[in-house]
Amino acid sequence: MSEACTSRELMIYTISRLLKGVRHVAVGQSSPMPAAGAMLLRALNERDGVERVQVSILGSVKHNSFTGGAEELFDCAAQGRLDAFFLGGGQIDGRGNVNLVGTGDYPNNPVRWPGSFGSAYLYFLVPRVILFREEHSLRSLVERVDFVSAPGVSDETVYRRGGPHALLTNAALFSFDREAGRFRLESTHPGYSWRDIRGTTGFAYDNEQCEVVTPAPDEATLALIRGRIREELRECYPQFAGNMPGPG
Amino acid sequence: MTDFVTPQEMAEMIPSGCKLGLAPDDYAAAPGLVRMLIDRGIRDLHVVCAPIGGMQVDMLIGAGAVATLETSAVSLGEAGGAPCFSRAVRDGSIRLRDATCPAVFAGLTAAEKGVPFMPIRGIIGSDVLKKRDDWKVTSNPFDDSEQIVVVSAIQPDIALFHAPEADRFGNVRLGRRRETMLLAHASKRAFVTVERISEVSLLEDEKTAAGVLPAIYVSAVAQLKNGGWPTGLYAEYPRDGQEVEKYARAARSPEGFQAYIRGSRSAA
Repeated sequence: MSEACTSRELMIYTISRLLKGVRHVAVGQSSPMPAAGAMLLRALNERDGVERVQVSILGSVKHNSFTGGAEELFDCAAQGRLDAFFLGGGQIDGRGNVNLVGTGDYPNNPVRWPGSFGSAYLYFLVPRVILFREEHSLRSLVERVDFVSAPGVSDETVYRRGGPHALLTNAALFSFDREAGRFRLESTHPGYSWRDIRGTTGFAYDNEQCEVVTPAPDEATLALIRGRIREELRECYPQFAGNMPGPG
Repeated sequence: MTDFVTPQEMAEMIPSGCKLGLAPDDYAAAPGLVRMLIDRGIRDLHVVCAPIGGMQVDMLIGAGAVATLETSAVSLGEAGGAPCFSRAVRDGSIRLRDATCPAVFAGLTAAEKGVPFMPIRGIIGSDVLKKRDDWKVTSNPFDDSEQIVVVSAIQPDIALFHAPEADRFGNVRLGRRRETMLLAHASKRAFVTVERISEVSLLEDEKTAAGVLPAIYVSAVAQLKNGGWPTGLYAEYPRDGQEVEKYARAARSPEGFQAYIRGSRSAA
């Protein structure tokens, strides 16, 4: 028996499940777990002989085929050539708004995060945006974000074919209903109950008393994460890859 | 005509108060030359990050060289948040123009094409838009029912970046890093530090010519080996993660930042 599946491996596997069926997924800067999840989907599809998935990792030389510079990702998104992307967020609220800028009042935020990156654009154009935030807490999942880097929903005067698809944390998985503009609890990770999730989530959501447990990867999938995926991650995320379980 | 100068001369050619366009870390950032700008005490810069900033921008802020910062983000990547940037935001010592990456590219594209603005999807409903008086929501002139954002042109006075290679005619090879090509096209002048200078024209080989920035746009070239250190140069050498970590730890306090700058030399 190998070492048990870690919390991060469960999230990587869950990301690969959320991406099922996409043709092209892109991953932004500073996103090792989304990158790992996309690489895992690619590896699983190759293994199972199903449709090849294009993975574009920003910052990578090996796992990025764009030749038009950093703008090409955004042009691809606007044309509908990109099916999935990831956004983090220092704060995420119950309407799917994300805040990548900081807490308190702008511009002199007492806590400042890096910035909005491409969120204010990609959130409108990429059909499956997966919100990923490792920390599941009352300070990260809030009733109302302090700054809207990118809004979760828009009215019909705004061109929009993309938006939030799911929210994944270290404790639970939610889906997002774009009509209602609300999250729905889909499963809790092993070790967390629905009561834990209710107590650490700052916004209202549907299906509060969810008893479904997030499924863990099987042995073969876990071996892929610890082998091929860990190696593929090394180019852009040497520290992260170095901290993952694996041979040698 | 492209001038061939020493890195020190190039640093003297970039005046305080200019609008300076910079490339992202790991792609075409020029931290080596930026260190020389700091050493010579440059001030009052309007820095345009194309489209994000990292260690070189954080160092400029820490050195008190930045008056206005236009960027979609500032981050040290795996080494975490940018400490001098966060401090400057808190104490209000820089004027912030927060953006989103494709809006920076749209503004640069407008300047490249010599038009006053460029339309762009998305952004409506974002607080980023509310804080920008140079972005507007307008209706599509071909379809009144549709609202769309327009961003004004961004034309830096000087683009500064590091590249693998120039030739002695002033052509610069950028390869796939075409956002750097866009930055150079949009800016009034481009100053480039390079690893190597080729005696053969880079435009001679049709296979690589499309990845070359022609000398038309290049005002000055300086050879500066390892000019991308410590944040790396795309497809040439990776970032020195330990050095960036060392910087991230030191710069947590203003005193630590000053000690880092005093105690470490630029790559030259």
